[in-house]
Amino acid sequence: MTRAKPEDDEYWNSSKFKAFTFDDEDDEFSQVKSKRAVNSILVDDDDEDEEDVERVSWSGEPVGSISWSVKETASSIRSGSEQSFPKIDTTPSLSKQGSGYSLSSLFKGNLQILLQAFSLEKFCSLQDKLLLLDEAVAVYDGNVITAVLIFLKKSLSKEILFRELMARDVALRHYVHYLKEMGEQKLVVELLKALGRTEDMALMHYKEHLNIKDESRRRDFLKSCLSLPFSQDDATHVQDHYTLLERQIIIEASDKKAVAEIFKKFPRKASILNMPIITTLYYSCFYHYGESEGTFSSPSNIRKTFRISEKQYILTALGARAKLKSWFDVDSLFNTKNWLGYTKKRSPIGFHRVVDILHKNSAPVQVLQEYVNLIDDPDLKLSGALKYKCHDIVINTYRDLKDRQQLIVYREKLERDSPEYRKIQELLNNVQIRWKN
Amino acid sequence: MAHTEWRDAPELPDFSLLKRLARDQLIFLLEQLPGKKDLFIDADLMSPLDRIANVTILKQHEVDKLYKVELKPIVSSSDQLCFLIRPRIQTVKWISDLVNADKVAGRFRRYKIIFTPQKFYACETVLEEQGVYGDVTTDEWNFYILPLDDDILSLELPEFFRDNFLEGDQRWVTTAGSALHLLQSVYGSFSKVYGIGRCAKMVYESWRELMEEGEQRTRQPEFAKVFLVDRDVDFVTPLCSQVVYEGLVDDLFRIKCGTVELGPDVTSSDKSIKVMLNSQDKVFSEIRNEHFSNVFGFLSQKAKNLQTAYDKRRGMDIQQMKAFVSDELKGLKQEHRLLSLHIGASESMMKKKTKQDFQELLKTEHSLLEGFEIRECITYIEEHINRQVSMIDSLRLLCLLSITENGLLSKDYRSLKAQYLQSYGIKHLLTFANLRQLGLLEEQQAGETLTVMESKVGKLVNDKTVGKLTDAFSSLAKKSNFRALSKRLALVPKSGEEYDLRVPRDMAYVFSGAYIPLSCKLIEQVLERDGWTGLEEVTRMLNGQEFAVTARNKTDAQRIVLVMFLGGCTFSEISALRFLGKERDAYYVKQIEYMVNIKLSI
Repeated sequence: MTRAKPEDDEYWNSSKFKAFTFDDEDDEFSQVKSKRAVNSILVDDDDEDEEDVERVSWSGEPVGSISWSVKETASSIRSGSEQSFPKIDTTPSLSKQGSGYSLSSLFKGNLQILLQAFSLEKFCSLQDKLLLLDEAVAVYDGNVITAVLIFLKKSLSKEILFRELMARDVALRHYVHYLKEMGEQKLVVELLKALGRTEDMALMHYKEHLNIKDESRRRDFLKSCLSLPFSQDDATHVQDHYTLLERQIIIEASDKKAVAEIFKKFPRKASILNMPIITTLYYSCFYHYGESEGTFSSPSNIRKTFRISEKQYILTALGARAKLKSWFDVDSLFNTKNWLGYTKKRSPIGFHRVVDILHKNSAPVQVLQEYVNLIDDPDLKLSGALKYKCHDIVINTYRDLKDRQQLIVYREKLERDSPEYRKIQELLNNVQIRWKN
Repeated sequence: MAHTEWRDAPELPDFSLLKRLARDQLIFLLEQLPGKKDLFIDADLMSPLDRIANVTILKQHEVDKLYKVELKPIVSSSDQLCFLIRPRIQTVKWISDLVNADKVAGRFRRYKIIFTPQKFYACETVLEEQGVYGDVTTDEWNFYILPLDDDILSLELPEFFRDNFLEGDQRWVTTAGSALHLLQSVYGSFSKVYGIGRCAKMVYESWRELMEEGEQRTRQPEFAKVFLVDRDVDFVTPLCSQVVYEGLVDDLFRIKCGTVELGPDVTSSDKSIKVMLNSQDKVFSEIRNEHFSNVFGFLSQKAKNLQTAYDKRRGMDIQQMKAFVSDELKGLKQEHRLLSLHIGASESMMKKKTKQDFQELLKTEHSLLEGFEIRECITYIEEHINRQVSMIDSLRLLCLLSITENGLLSKDYRSLKAQYLQSYGIKHLLTFANLRQLGLLEEQQAGETLTVMESKVGKLVNDKTVGKLTDAFSSLAKKSNFRALSKRLALVPKSGEEYDLRVPRDMAYVFSGAYIPLSCKLIEQVLERDGWTGLEEVTRMLNGQEFAVTARNKTDAQRIVLVMFLGGCTFSEISALRFLGKERDAYYVKQIEYMVNIKLSI
């Protein structure tokens, strides 16, 4: 299929299919359609005469006709009053109990007008205030609920308001959200504390670190978070966060002016500050591999400090060392010695994954072959070998499967007289093998 | 696929009228501030506004310069500033600061804020507190609904989900109610309303109140049935990777306001372009609902046909050539253009999605949906996290695991969370807190008490027995609603059955035949039964809150169904509903808060 050609640009500048931008002229199509629709609505309406139809079929001419707004259209269409849908729940109206004011009427219609006409200041007694709040909640309108809460915030002491909110979850959530939006974090923290929601309070406080840009101030802030009443798990995480940033600051300060060969060969692309733990570990495996555990920047120190699992460690170190093409380091990651002193390769991650990572870092065939050979699952092994062209493994697998046909097929893919080709030839000529096909 | 093929399908009303109404009101509001003015627009209102009014129209109404609201100091020499914004406290604070700065500098200007879709009292309080109430006039632009396509309406309120479900703020309830009211006022009344969910109930009540306040036309023709559904009734569907074309485009490139921006790698030029995706794009409308595996074949066939059409000009004489150029060439070129775009898009999908990684991801999702080999799934998720690949995919998988399994075992939860924080940053412990609040990612509560019990028992008996006990306890603790729902509603077809994606037999095709979206299945069932009768067990598992109400003057069964997803919906659900509509010979109009492409981070 041919790709977009420059001549097509003309289309993009002239067609209605292009993305809307402010420079667009309105397309005719929608104009025609809407015009028709506008008229069709008006046909329904007995009061409108022909002239009126003309007047409202607005198509971009300035002014005059514009006051024809949504609301007017809507109201002009309606006539006669009939309630056609029932209420689902009948929530008992609290308005008449105990209060002289018709509270429900307050919430019908435009809040703006009513709030002006109907001064909230008339609600003096606590009982009235709470009725007001409950009524607001009963009409489901978040805007009204918040409006009442703003009034209560101004006219009640914190302690009383907090106490009353405790039993009113819907109102409470509106209040917390409102305070958050107003940037009154301190008050939220106080409120959550008063409600005994200490974990939420701790998290709320901790969240503030996101707004601190300077790293030393951020570190100090995180330190101040350590004493907050987090859940046991989160306390550990926050402790880690503080330790991590503290170390990153130290590592960053020294690496910024580092002169070691590796930094010249692979200049750092970004600072290590505020990076996740695993990224920091990767960085350390890349630039500080082999340092003794005593230094903060060493992989073993990071691994130990942040309790990184063996699997995760191997995966990260493998990525970093493979990126540097240090195949020797890669090998030693998996080498284990048994009690007789033989080395054997073992891995907490599947060797097919290892091969994947090595391949992505363009490892040479010899290296790949060794790891493909270590894949346990025979199917994965074969598909890996085929994918990465490890001929020996493919040939041996087919031989073990006694699959003559596949060997023949595979032979055709090889260069004539290459060692692999000859190997297959020899196998096929071997009369001692009992082929299955 | 194309709507015109549907036999006897009822005709959809012309929703573009809503745009006209919105535009007229906007112009009316702009006229309220006569004279030249600079207009500041909220960033996320830009695209919706593009659909309503263009620069020429704004200029005609004396808008001089246009700026994006960036919450930074402004450079404007105009004497009149108009702000077109969502009712957000932060924005209003920024405006108040501007006004106060002008006052200090001794500068006199007129200011007007147009809130859309409505103003909030909290915002006006900010003006009052900052001492600029009166200096600034405020207005409301009731731009509730943006028609994104022939059959998709959107409120374009991305914060709906977070505000309503996470923060528990019901500020958008009346907005949704007003949107329904607007539709009813313009297009006719609803014959029936079904719904499920807390928010759905509130929206219904809010709309009913509005209806009672206003006068109601007596014999207004009925226009549609309505189905209101809360997003949290079905969290599973938006957590699954999308595999229908439009869904994939959204997953990979993000469709915003019906428009997608395709990068240079897709357009094979040096710039990216914005493309409108809707039924007017003839190529797109044929593939949007198709499973991805069919798309490429379709496109290449189309390309061949196109080539044949082009080839016609060979051997033409001058007259024929002239006719060809004037009659056909334009259409062909347009098709050519669209075709190469969609082929470009599918190619980069192929590149990204046919990788082994994506296949494994899908396999894991399917296993989770089926409740099969959960241990293997956890191992896969763990590795996904360890490899630091897509943060969002890791989170999606974790949530899917939690929801399908009714929460994670304590030890799994802790270990996965710790590894997640190690890989993607510790600050995400806030994300985990949010997800717990939403019920998207939870630790099994029973698990905790069990651990206590275990350790007590552990002191008395040896380790092996403890292991057995743990197993016994956990099997008791797992009361998986999703599993039960899935079984009851047959959401997951029996595995091993062949599923021909070219000829979909049910809505499961949108997930490669592995899962029927819960939300859509509910809609189908309720419409079939004309209510919730017989679904009592299902609604109990979904925490109730269902309702079905009929208009008292109900006349005849309407075939247009308006489905309103409160908190957003996915393109996969839209495709599934289109499929349902085709089968049931009805139209489903989707009204949504916003297209979700699950974004769960802090």
